[in-house]
Amino acid sequence: MISQFFVLSQRGDNIVFRDYRGDVAKGTAEIFFRKVKFWKEDGQEEAPPVFNVDGVNYFHVKVVGLLFVATTRVNVSPSLILELLQRVARVIKDYLGVLNEDSLRKNFVLVYELLDEVIDFGYVQTTSTEVLKSYIFNEPIVVDAARLQPLGPAAIFMQGTKRMPGTAVTKSVLANEPGGRKREEIFVDIIEKISVTFSSSGYILTSEIDGTIQMKSYLTGNPEIRLALNEDLSIGRGGGSVYDYRSSSGAGAVILDDCNFHESVRLDSFDMDRTLALIPPDGEFPVMNYRMTQEFKPPFRINCLIEEAGHLKAEVSLKVRAEFPSDIVANTIVVQMPLPNYTTRVSFELEPGAVGQRTDFKEANKKLEWGLKKIVGGSEHTLRAKLTFSQESHANITKEAGPVSMTFTIPMYNVSRLQVKYLQIAKKSSSYNPFRWVRYVTQANSYVARI
Amino acid sequence: MAPPAQSQRSPSPSQPSGKSEVSDLKLQLRQLAGSRAPGVDDSKRELFKKVISYMTVGIDVSSLFGEMVMCSATSDIVLKKMCYLYVGNYAKVNPDLALLTINFLQRDCNDEDPMIRGLALRSLCSLRVANFVEYLVGPLGSGLKDSNSYVRMVAVIGVLKLYHISASTCVDADFPSILKHLMLNDSDTQVVANCLSALQEIWSAEASTSEEASREREALISKPVIYYLLNREFSEWAQCLVLELVTKYVPSDSSEIFDIMNLLEDRLQHANGAVVLATIKVFLHLTLSMTDVHQQVYERIKAPLLTLVSSGSPEQSYAVLSHLHLLVMRAPYIFSSDYKHFYCQYNEPSYVKRLKLEMLTAVANESNTYEIVTELCEYAANVDIPIARESIRAVGKIALQQYDVNAIVDRLLQFLEMEKDYVTAEALVLVKDLLRKYPQWSHDCIAVVGNISSKNVQEPKAKAALIWMLGEYSQDMQDAPYILESLVENWDEEHSAEVRLHLLTAVMKCFFKRPPETQNALGTALAAGIADFHQDVHDRALFYYRILQYNVSVAERVVNPPKQAVSVFADTQSSEIKDRIFDEFNSLSVVYQKPSYMFTDKEHRGPFEFSDELGNLSIGGEAADNVVSAQRVEENDKDLLLTTSEKEETRGSSNNGSAYTAPYDGSSTSVFALQTHIESAISNPTAADHSPQASLAIDDLLGLGLPAAPAPPSPQLKLNTTAALDPSTFQHKWRQLPVALSQEYSVSPQGVAALTAPQALLRHMQSHSIHCIASGGQSPNFKFFFFAQKAEEASNYLVECIISTSSAKAQIKIKADDQSTSQAFSTLFQSALSKFGIP
Repeated sequence: MISQFFVLSQRGDNIVFRDYRGDVAKGTAEIFFRKVKFWKEDGQEEAPPVFNVDGVNYFHVKVVGLLFVATTRVNVSPSLILELLQRVARVIKDYLGVLNEDSLRKNFVLVYELLDEVIDFGYVQTTSTEVLKSYIFNEPIVVDAARLQPLGPAAIFMQGTKRMPGTAVTKSVLANEPGGRKREEIFVDIIEKISVTFSSSGYILTSEIDGTIQMKSYLTGNPEIRLALNEDLSIGRGGGSVYDYRSSSGAGAVILDDCNFHESVRLDSFDMDRTLALIPPDGEFPVMNYRMTQEFKPPFRINCLIEEAGHLKAEVSLKVRAEFPSDIVANTIVVQMPLPNYTTRVSFELEPGAVGQRTDFKEANKKLEWGLKKIVGGSEHTLRAKLTFSQESHANITKEAGPVSMTFTIPMYNVSRLQVKYLQIAKKSSSYNPFRWVRYVTQANSYVARI
Repeated sequence: MAPPAQSQRSPSPSQPSGKSEVSDLKLQLRQLAGSRAPGVDDSKRELFKKVISYMTVGIDVSSLFGEMVMCSATSDIVLKKMCYLYVGNYAKVNPDLALLTINFLQRDCNDEDPMIRGLALRSLCSLRVANFVEYLVGPLGSGLKDSNSYVRMVAVIGVLKLYHISASTCVDADFPSILKHLMLNDSDTQVVANCLSALQEIWSAEASTSEEASREREALISKPVIYYLLNREFSEWAQCLVLELVTKYVPSDSSEIFDIMNLLEDRLQHANGAVVLATIKVFLHLTLSMTDVHQQVYERIKAPLLTLVSSGSPEQSYAVLSHLHLLVMRAPYIFSSDYKHFYCQYNEPSYVKRLKLEMLTAVANESNTYEIVTELCEYAANVDIPIARESIRAVGKIALQQYDVNAIVDRLLQFLEMEKDYVTAEALVLVKDLLRKYPQWSHDCIAVVGNISSKNVQEPKAKAALIWMLGEYSQDMQDAPYILESLVENWDEEHSAEVRLHLLTAVMKCFFKRPPETQNALGTALAAGIADFHQDVHDRALFYYRILQYNVSVAERVVNPPKQAVSVFADTQSSEIKDRIFDEFNSLSVVYQKPSYMFTDKEHRGPFEFSDELGNLSIGGEAADNVVSAQRVEENDKDLLLTTSEKEETRGSSNNGSAYTAPYDGSSTSVFALQTHIESAISNPTAADHSPQASLAIDDLLGLGLPAAPAPPSPQLKLNTTAALDPSTFQHKWRQLPVALSQEYSVSPQGVAALTAPQALLRHMQSHSIHCIASGGQSPNFKFFFFAQKAEEASNYLVECIISTSSAKAQIKIKADDQSTSQAFSTLFQSALSKFGIP
């Protein structure tokens, strides 16, 4: 049960404010914002998502730079409230098409309409985009999606790739195509976030894949959908699964440590043929979340060398090698490396003929940053940097620098080899053939090489 | 960036200041109010939107109330909704004008469109004006009977709103029993869920005054209701509500427990973390008395929890991680092979890293310590300095757990060589603690510590640690007297009293080991100390000076006594608190790592908070199962799984008096503690010159004297150290037996000081064979129920004890099976109580 719900901009302005129970004083938004802004004097630490000030509990989640906040005096389940805030953000996004400060400001009446139905007197009523449709009468005012900060990993599909209709993920569930007809289509995204830690000798210390199968359906009449995954998929580590008599276990098998499912998913035949049956609700939702620690081939190898090169000088050599097929291209790659505290100047040397690369030395936090627009599979890139120090280093210089971390996005590639073999839509008629989009993407969550 | 409040007080040009705009709006609204022109609704929408946007940014638009109401005569539903929103916000401050809205809201409550009926009813109930309650009863009554589930859903919550405006109107209209009927019969599950929420709130609030309400509340967790709710299909949010209720249900036998668990098994795969956590709570609570199954539950929930931690937003995963943290702390051995999941990722926020570091510390054992410590050492060089510090502390804690100490000491010594100020500082503190526990490592450590220049150590804690080591191991450190001497010379520049205290002691120690080299320094230090403005430093210097004057060999015995290695360092949180938090699984208590009574006032602890039951115990209207057993003992971690509400059979064995150990041993914990004791002991002879009364007064002040002369316990009454009594028997007896004795004692000042939480007293009384069955309250008022048994026969004493720390009084009611010995018991009880807080 919550008392208030509000959305604050990055600057702390109230964009939406709804008081449900009137048992918490009015000034909470200011108290909250000040607390978050100045959590620790040095500004180094982020405020936790849940905290208590004078008996009022504040919950918040950050979505596209906005703060979604709930307050209550009651000792509630924190998981429930945080889950709810995230869900409210998603429902709003479903209705507005694009979620950001601008769209919220333009559509706040619609947002109030939603909030009134989602929560009554602090109790959740429904967060189903579909159920809510019958209560919503405002129409969304569409904002320009092109120059907006994307929401969620699926948003990368908006960029470039011509195969994807760019507007799809930014379409409101209320929107109609020009001509009054709705475009029949369904999107299934397999999004994998990978975490890898390499030791200084290049050995993989830990690796994990956190994956989601996300669905967004614009199908009318809610037909049933069958989603078939790899047949050799097994769940539960150690291969002790009951089903492995069938799998050729070893090389090809995909073994998930664990997974969970959206409540609309029926698993009747999952054990038999690894298909998920569901009637997708409107809007965007995760069909399945999974976690995998089975070994996989990391997409990038990082090689880093830092050596002293004379008095008050050192040299860094960073090498990144892409170990995926050459028809795959990774984009928006950023490599970062903290340098010794006493570094005053850095001069960079890119490989000859380098295109779409940039380098930077962040003076404030003594970080080296190397950005690459894209990396083609199989290729290798090197950066050299000459450091100048203000004082002599006493200890081992490798202890003063690193680790190297990397972020990237690789569309149409997934390391787990989990696949959607087919996507079947229960047919209403022979002419009914909606668009189906199955898309894969791999992103770095925490990709770190120690030196 | 400027705090937001400021920006609102002096708005920027882009933000309307309000006044002129509001009067402008007023005019425009007036013009539109009566108009029937085409397109008027569109212009109204625009105006309404403006009003609502002003309202959102905090501009007071309540002056438009009249105009808004005039404009609300419309069939446009979007306009209606905006109007309802506005009215709901301002009716409370404008009760007179709000009366204007009643009319059209009531009319809308009878609209043929169920949507309008529902919306109107919701707005009507949201007015929060006490004078209007009479207008609510009718529409609510018909709303509850409406054929449309949306209207019923709204009406049910409406009843709850009415209850908060006027409880008596709500109860008099018999709404709770209508809700109860709906809950058990309605076809729409959201209506059912709303009834459950409303009834829980209403009956919990009524329970303190009405026995019927408390019976009704009990009935919610009766078998038929629970089974009915378990068998209906709820939305994910309503499931959480139902599952929370199920945790309060006590199944009659184990097959029932397994049925419920099998039924709920698939919820562990739910993508909504709140559902999974609520299910886990049910599983954990149902299996508390079944050790093996309980352990299986831990194994079973591991994977789903880890999946939730790694999916979802950082905020969601934090909430789940906090719960995982709690479970890891309770049963680290179950998670010891999962340690890699607790490794920190470089981009995680500090609050997540901190939890993970604690988990890594907890799960360290023989087999994984090497890898964990290796990982932690990586963090020590981290750019995130607070986390780097915590990582070093974690390494130290693992070392103190005694696994693979050899390797760890080497790592710690490497830290000292890293030459980063904060790393050195943290490592010094750790090395000091390690030496207190493992004196055998002194040679290796001292060699490294000796190389550290005291100039590079600035943090008081680290400096104190270094000085302590210099004093303690001065015979092994060549330069010790000279380093100390140089520190003493800079006495005036040392700002921390803690460091100066340590310096005094270290110089003393060094003096006894290497007198000729230290004599000078000691003289300077004592002189500086006696002249010190800080009272403690002054006192200690004076004390050293006098004891040296009195007898040098006594002084040596005091300052350099033979030391015992510290075996266990004091745990910061008592196991009672931890159990309380575990009871409140899936609530904020877990995130804050505090039981709810520490951060929430009573009425907000949720409808079924445990300490409520304590209050009801004395009324006697409670079912036995709800009395939480507060009787706890110190456990090793295997027992931890089982402590929450031990069943009778386990209690008998685990309550064994000898199993109880004091949290730490005051005599050996710290040499400084020791010194404080001696110092106070020494101050007695000085007092001996005064009159006996004065000396008694001083004794009392120091907490050493005899409190109010308790009579010696009657020799014939001996208590059973392993007494057992289950809560239901206790309650039964409490209701049956007459009060044998009712007394008021005064509580000693040191007792008052020690009673910061009820738990402190429980331990103490238990060491006197008086056991606690329930406790609650917080400073200054505590309430306890104790029981004791005669050693040789099954004769019980029951005690209700209310202690007020503000008045330092304890009110005692004693009931006894054998009334004739109640006086003897009372004496015993009083003497036990009087010793509380005295070390």
